[in-house]
Order: sequence, then structure tokens, then C-alpha cells
Amino acid sequence: MNAEEILNLLVDEFGSERITGSNLAAMDPWIEVAAASIEEVSRFLKTDERLLLDHLNNLCGVDYFEPDEKKAAKFGHDPHVEVVYHLSSYTHRHKITIKVCVPRWKDDQAGQLPEVPTVSGVWKIADWHERETFDLVGVNFSGHPNLTRILCAEDWVGHPLRKDYEFPLEYHGIRGK
Amino acid sequence: MPVTLEDPRIVEFDVRTDEMLVNMGPQHPSTHGVLRLLLRTDGEIVNEVTPHLGYLHRCAEKIGENLSPVQWIPYTDRMDYLAGMNMNLGMSLAVEKLIGMELPEKAVVLRVLIAELNRIASHLVGMGAYGLDLGTFSPFLYAFREREIILDLFEEACGARLTYSYLTVGGATHDLPATIPIPPGLASLTHRSPNMKLSWLEAVSMFLDWLEPRIKEYHTLLTRNHIFIKRTAGLGILDRETAIDYGCTGPVLRGSGVDWDLRRDGDPIYTRMYEGFDWNVAVAPFKDAPREAVLGDNWCRFYVRMQEVTQAIRLVRQAIEKYPTAKGMHRVPHKMATKLPKDECYLETECPRGAMGFYFVGNGEVNPLRARAKSSCFCNLAPTADLCEGFLLADIPAVVGSLDIVMGEIDR
Repeated sequence: MNAEEILNLLVDEFGSERITGSNLAAMDPWIEVAAASIEEVSRFLKTDERLLLDHLNNLCGVDYFEPDEKKAAKFGHDPHVEVVYHLSSYTHRHKITIKVCVPRWKDDQAGQLPEVPTVSGVWKIADWHERETFDLVGVNFSGHPNLTRILCAEDWVGHPLRKDYEFPLEYHGIRGK
Repeated sequence: MPVTLEDPRIVEFDVRTDEMLVNMGPQHPSTHGVLRLLLRTDGEIVNEVTPHLGYLHRCAEKIGENLSPVQWIPYTDRMDYLAGMNMNLGMSLAVEKLIGMELPEKAVVLRVLIAELNRIASHLVGMGAYGLDLGTFSPFLYAFREREIILDLFEEACGARLTYSYLTVGGATHDLPATIPIPPGLASLTHRSPNMKLSWLEAVSMFLDWLEPRIKEYHTLLTRNHIFIKRTAGLGILDRETAIDYGCTGPVLRGSGVDWDLRRDGDPIYTRMYEGFDWNVAVAPFKDAPREAVLGDNWCRFYVRMQEVTQAIRLVRQAIEKYPTAKGMHRVPHKMATKLPKDECYLETECPRGAMGFYFVGNGEVNPLRARAKSSCFCNLAPTADLCEGFLLADIPAVVGSLDIVMGEIDR
């Protein structure tokens, strides 16, 4: 199936309220899914006979934000965080990219992580990928069985891949910067 | 004299079977780097394994956001430091796909040649280190003797022995040298004069002629060794569904019987490189497996790697034949300050340890908005907890070793 067919199938199944956008002209065509329905859509993507997207190639977060005010005008994106799911199927040999867009901070309060439902119940590897995304990008995957830091130290503060992240000046007596 | 109950000669042993938490690593020789496994043991039986990662974390992805892709290449060397060339290749291809760059035939053949040679070196370490995990030292020494020659050859080609940064956006930094002094290891093994001069391609050819008959010896020494089979066959069985669910790739996936190799089934920009080459994908089950071997066990994963060495030798030989007549240059010029288009690209390539993915989001700037390296070992390590449950403590290195992880790549 190509990306257009997958998109049509998803829109038929879930309606355009839950399949909120798409870009089929992109190098990797992507479909945007509303955050609240990602788990349901994922389950469909994995189990439906026509799709069988059983391999989660990659799951990561992208912070769309330009901290420099001078450059912000040219940035071309509204500030938001994207969670990107790269999927492929061993059976049908097709692939698709799914995106979930959430605000950078929940309720616009800096420090409150945006919430995305976990898909670790659908693909087991999502467990670790989501922990990494939580750790580095700062997305709260609700319903995750063990959402703890995986690469940074347990007591690390902040999420390094946020564009406005400030490197700590000191960590347990080790000077930074 | 009546025996009293408080006879001092009777020693009562207090045999309790309390659960105990054992930290295996981070400085443990058979965890292949700084991996800490928290084991909940009951006597010798391991009931629970919790891997703790991050001891080598450098946040290479954050660094990648602040550098142009070409500047990030040296950092990819240091991810999977046993297969630097393959990492360079994966990253370069992702950038080339994003900016729409076409490579001449010569650069493509050179890349196949170099990447497959590095695959041999990497699998040799995998083989040697796995033997070491299981308590046999000799294969390790042989593996490193052979690998040394490959490293010498790479040093002649690009100047570095481990962190090459040789394959870059647009091809490779240099063409292969016309004449080189024979690598000392090769001279002594093949009884040639150490002052001999020959072309780089001849040296590779000579090395492969010497290496090929040795593979059979490794099989006798390790693969068919009775103790080795006892310790690997039927242990750590990863079935097909679990392997896919955990996103395992590379030899781990093929050891579980999934016929999938990105060099054949991957993105067109990658599979195009291997067009016209005659080779096979090594995938379990094997006809010549010992009776005890089960699909998806340690032995199968190990044997996939050994078969891949044989296939890589075939590929390198064909590349050597093609290289002198290949058209074009070894590289097309690429400016470091090339702006990335407002698009994104995710590309996976078949590294020795599995599918290494690079994801770039461009935003019309030189530096990418997001540079992501999806590690193959990260996913291959994820099923450890399932695989090791209920095993003897001594079998943990056998299982973890068979996954062939490199912590530099997992922690990035």
C-alpha cells in the first residue's frame, strides 16, 4: 500500500477528527494523528490485515522551537513538539510515518510536560523508545509502565533535546561549561 | 555418656534461599562495555534482569543539532566504534537522500568495498569476544590477528585505525592509495618480505585469500566445539514474533528466522549500491546446524554472523573486480555549508549489528533541526529481560554476548 491508500484507510476508519493532517508530498510521507487516539490508531495499524505495520523502526520527539528571537520570524513553524513514529511491515513491505503534535508545555506552563498516550502495549520496543523520548525531549507518555530516565542519570534536571534547554553549571560537584 | 542436644560437634547449616540483588557491571568484562544488569537472583537462578544504560551517554543528538551533517560524521564513528565505516555510510546516505545527491559508480563501489570489509572486522570481534564470554581465549586472539590487518589497510586508506570519518557526504574523503607497504601482519602471515610494496586492492585481495580458508578453522575451533554448542544451542531463544515486537534487527532478527536484510530490502538509495553484486542473505534455520540448535537461540545468532563474514568476503571480492573500471570519481564535491531543505528523511542501513537509522529534519539552515540516530543495539538489547529470565547466572553472558551489543552505540 502506498501512503495515500494508508491515509484513505485511516480516514475511513477513524474520521478526520482523529486523523488531523498529512503530507504525502514529503520525502517520507507522514500522517498526523490526534494525540488522544494514537494508541487506538497504532493498534489498528499493527493488527489490520491490510496494513500489518508490525515493525516500529523508530520513535522520537522533535522540538519545533527557535529560542533566538531574531531567527524566530524566519523559523516557519509554530512552536510545538512532535512525536514521530516510523513504521514498516515485514509482510507487505510498505512503510509510513505517523506524527503526533502536542504543545511544548501542557497548559502553557513551562515545565509541565505535554502528554501523549503510550503505545508500549502495541509494540514492546516503544517502551524503551518512549523512555528515551521522555528523557531527552520531555514528553510524558501517559499509561507507560515505567516512565523513568533511560540515558541521563536518574536525578538529571531538564530535557536536553529541548531547544531552550540550559546546560547545568554544576552536577554533583562536576563543573559544566 | 548421653548425647546432649547442645552437642558442640553438631553444626547446623543455615541454608536459606533468600532473593539477592546482584549488580552485573557496569565494569564487567562480559557486558561488552559499560552496561549494568541488575539481577534478582535466587541461588544460581536469575528471576529478573533489569538493564541500566546511559553510562556512555554523550547526547550525540544534541551535538548533531549544533553542527552541520558533515561535521557530525566523526561523532558517528564513535557510536559503533567497531564499525565506524558503516556508521559513516548510514549517515552520509541519509543526508544525500535529503539533499538529493547522486553518486558516481566509483564512489558507490568504493563504499561497498569499505563497508563490507568493516563488516568482516566487526564480526571478527563479535566472534572473538563471544568466545571470550564463554571462556575460550584462542578464537579471540585469532580474530584480533585478522582484524589487525583490516585496520592496517584502513589506516593506509584514510589515516585512522578506528574512527575513520572516511565515507562522507558525497562519497569518500580520499581515493584508495595506489601503492602501500604491505601490512606487517599480512607479511608475516603470508611469508612475504616486509618491504614489499603493492596496491591497496592487491593487499585486500591477498588478505582475503589468506582469510577465507581460516573461516573453516574458526568453525572447527568454536562453532562446532562441543562445549560451545552446549552453552549456546537451545539457550536464549528469541522467537520470531518477540523479535519483531522488540524491533530487533540485523543478525538477531535473522537468527530468529526473519529473512530481512536492508541491503536487499531497504530503501532504494541503499539497495541500489548492491545491485549487480552476487551474494546471499544468511538467515536461520541452517541446514548444517547441530541437533541441539533451536531457531532463534544463541547459536543461530552467532552462526548468522559467521555466515555474513563469508558473504562479505564475496562482496569485497566482487567490489575489487569492479573498482578499477568503475566510472567517475571517488566523491562529488559537497560544501559543508550546504543548507538542508525544509524536509525530513529517515533512512536505515544494515550495519553489522543491525539496522542503524538516521533521521534528519532540515529547516532551510545548515544545521539540522533534529538529528536522530536510532541505535540498532538499543533495540537488540531490549529483549534481554525476557531472554534471561529463569536462567542460570553463568548463562547471562552467553545470552547478552550473543546479542553482540556495543554500548557506545546504545548510549550515544
